[in-house]
Formats: sequence, C-alpha cells, structure tokens
Amino acid sequence: MASKETPMKTISVVAALCLVCSIVVSGAAVGLRDAQNANKALDKQTNLLSVAGKLEANANVGETYAKFVEAKFVDLKTGDYVEENAATFDQLKNVKDLTKSTDLAGKDVAGIKRRSNVADVYLVKDAQGNVESYVLPVYGRGLWSTMYAFVAIDKDGKTVKSIQYYDQGETPGLGGEILNPLWTAKWEGKKLFNANGDVAIRVVKTGGQENTPSGIDGLSGATLTGQGVENTFQFWIGENGFGPFLKKLQNGGLNNG
Amino acid sequence: MAKSDLREVVTAPIATNNPIALQILGVCSALAVTTKMETAFVMTIAVMVVTAFSSLFISLIRNVIPNSVRIIVQMAIIASLVIVVDQVLKAVAFQLSKELSVFVGLIITNCIVMGRAEAYAMKNKPLPSFLDGIGNGLGYGAILLAVATVREIFGSGTWFGIEILPLIQNGGWYQSNGLLLLPPSAFFIIGLLIWGLRTWKPEQVEPKG
Repeated sequence: MASKETPMKTISVVAALCLVCSIVVSGAAVGLRDAQNANKALDKQTNLLSVAGKLEANANVGETYAKFVEAKFVDLKTGDYVEENAATFDQLKNVKDLTKSTDLAGKDVAGIKRRSNVADVYLVKDAQGNVESYVLPVYGRGLWSTMYAFVAIDKDGKTVKSIQYYDQGETPGLGGEILNPLWTAKWEGKKLFNANGDVAIRVVKTGGQENTPSGIDGLSGATLTGQGVENTFQFWIGENGFGPFLKKLQNGGLNNG
Repeated sequence: MAKSDLREVVTAPIATNNPIALQILGVCSALAVTTKMETAFVMTIAVMVVTAFSSLFISLIRNVIPNSVRIIVQMAIIASLVIVVDQVLKAVAFQLSKELSVFVGLIITNCIVMGRAEAYAMKNKPLPSFLDGIGNGLGYGAILLAVATVREIFGSGTWFGIEILPLIQNGGWYQSNGLLLLPPSAFFIIGLLIWGLRTWKPEQVEPKG
C-alpha cells in the first residue's frame, strides 16, 4: 500500500472522504431538526404542566398546554410585562448578548455571572380562564452543574406551589435526589418571604427548622447541592431576579394578566 | 470465510475476547453510564451501531486509505457516525439523550471503536468487519449491563426503573449503597467481573514474569 502513495492521492482521498462525511452529518442534522425541536418544545411543555399540576396521564401535552398555560415576558428590573417573540425567546441566548443581559458582579448569589434583562413567566389558568399560579424559570449552580428548574408560585405571589428541576447534573442518588417527588413535595406551601419582605427560603438540616414556614428539609449527603438550591432562590426571588415582579403580584397590580 | 467462522467473529468478543474484560478498552464510559440500566442499554446500542458501521465503512475503503493518514481517516468516519447517532437519539429518544448527555459524543473517544477499526477492519473484508463490530458492541454491552444491574439494584433499589428493593427514603427498608452511584464503584465491579471471567477461562490470565 505504502509504495503507491503519493501526496496527490492522499489529499484527494481525504478530500473525498471529508465531502462524504460532511454531507452525511449535515443531512442528519438538517433532516432531524424538526423532530428535535418538537421534542425540545414538548419536553419543556411537559415540565411546565407537571410543575403546574396540570399534567394528565393520557392527554395530549400540546393541547393541555394551550388550554391552561399562557407565556408572558417580564422586564426583571421593573417587574412589568413586555412584548417578546414567544417562538424565539431564550433567556440563555440573551445572556450571551451584552445588550440584552446584565453583569451580576457582586450580586451573583446563584453563580450564573449574567442574567437576561427579560425573563419568561407562565400563567397557569383554571378551566374558567382565571390565573391560579405563575411558573417562573430559575437556575443556579449546584455542586457539579447548573441546575434548571420551574417554580410554580401561587397567585398571591408569596407561596410556593411546587418546584421541579428539569435539567441538572448532580450526583445521582445524592444531589440528584432534588428530582425526587418526595423531596419536592416538601416545598408545597412554603413562604418565599419573611415578615420584612426579604427572601426567606432556607434549605436546612433536619432539626426543627424544616417545619418553619420557609425552611425546607435538606437532602442528606447533598449539602452543597442544597446550598445551590437555596442560592438559586435567594437570587431569583430577590430584587435582582423576579422580586419586582412578585411585589407587583402581591399588590395585585398585574393579576388580570 | 465459512459460516462458523463468521459466528465466531460475533460471539468471541462476548466472553473469550471481551473488549472491556480482556482488552481493557472503553472502561471510561463503562464507569460513566452504568448507574442505570436504561442509559447503559441505550449506550450499548449506540456503541454497537457505531462500531459496526465504522468497521464496515473503513473496511470498504481499506485499500484506498493512505497509510500515512489512516488514523485521521478512521477518526473522521467514526466522528461522523457518532454525530449521526447523537442526532437520531435527540430526535427519537429525547429523554434518554438528555441523560446520556456528553457520553454519546464521547463514543468518538471510546477505544473499542478505534481499536477494532485499526486492528480488524483495516485487514478484513467488509462483512466480517461489520460482524466484528457487532460482536464487540455486544461484548461491551454485556459488561455494561452486568455492571449497571449491580449498580442500579444496590444503588437505587430499582432495575430498569422497576422497584426491586424499596428504599428507606421512599418508605421501604433498604438503605441504598451510595458508593455504587459514584463512578469509581464500577472499577470494583469490573474488577470482580474480570476475576470471575478469568477463573472460568484460565487461558485469559496473562503469563507471569
């Protein structure tokens, strides 16, 4: 084989191979894009419905979503609704755009460096079309990974209805237990703020504190993940996150959505 | 090549010439994806597909591959196949592809694929090469599934997500073994498997000295 090798032949074989490979790869990427995007959208809708308590076993996710959920966008600084294109909006894309995001130096409790100026919120309605809760997307650093969650908050703007992590890379069985329904059930009814209006959510060790209005029993063996969850709430519920929006909800300024 | 030889090509890598247990290839991914049966199973299929087809394509063009750049040519073929597998998984098994995350992409660096391309497909006809890829995928999968069985049952109390040992935190009696959920535990299990395999087939033991 080696004897008939010339530089020309080597280059032409490699070039031909690259051409074939790139056609195959781009063909697969383009041909499957629709299915992939549909999957992503479906995944997000499923998570949203699940945290909103609207996920039904044998119902079409897309239809249920359209019936109960309305996506809106909030300017995090003022807490007011703004218009955005729902089809293309992506907080994480905004974070990469300096004009659409804010540097968090000094206030970066959740370990996310920058945050988008506008965030998506989801209004969950009952069968009559009245808003019954708001779902907020939150994320922050855990021990190994950035953990992404949806938090459903009662229409009073103060009480947690449920939380659900939908993307995380914590240790399975330890930090990964943030997915365990038995743990997330402990969040129901917890108060986001104390009497002074400060963020009060704490993930604590067992020992009495977990029964306070804002204390959540931590996961054993996952102290740092729990810390990350607490920090995520500190940031996103606080004044640099959804704080202004939640204030307006509490004062009833936005309820007719 | 006779029919029995072809069968031998497929079955030999499962026990007598196992890529993980004897050739000690692809151990890294065996540590990473074996906490649950489901991920281990999908990973097995993905690796089998990639190994089989990369061996097939490399064998088809083995006579025109320039010797000086053969490793790069093999890598290009393997990488393309891995991307295709990753894209397909994202399109048809989204939940699983999320759990496997980077490990599908890392099949590229799985030494089994490269090892079979270089050691077998470069010297053999397409059909045996393809079957050799299937066989090695099966051998890899056999170890993966064995490790995942132990890790999922004793680490999480489940098997393919079905509850086997009810955990204390879910109101049962079984205190799960946290070590088994961490990657290093697979080292112990693979070690024990190799021990068992070599006791059963003493000819696999390397000569001393």
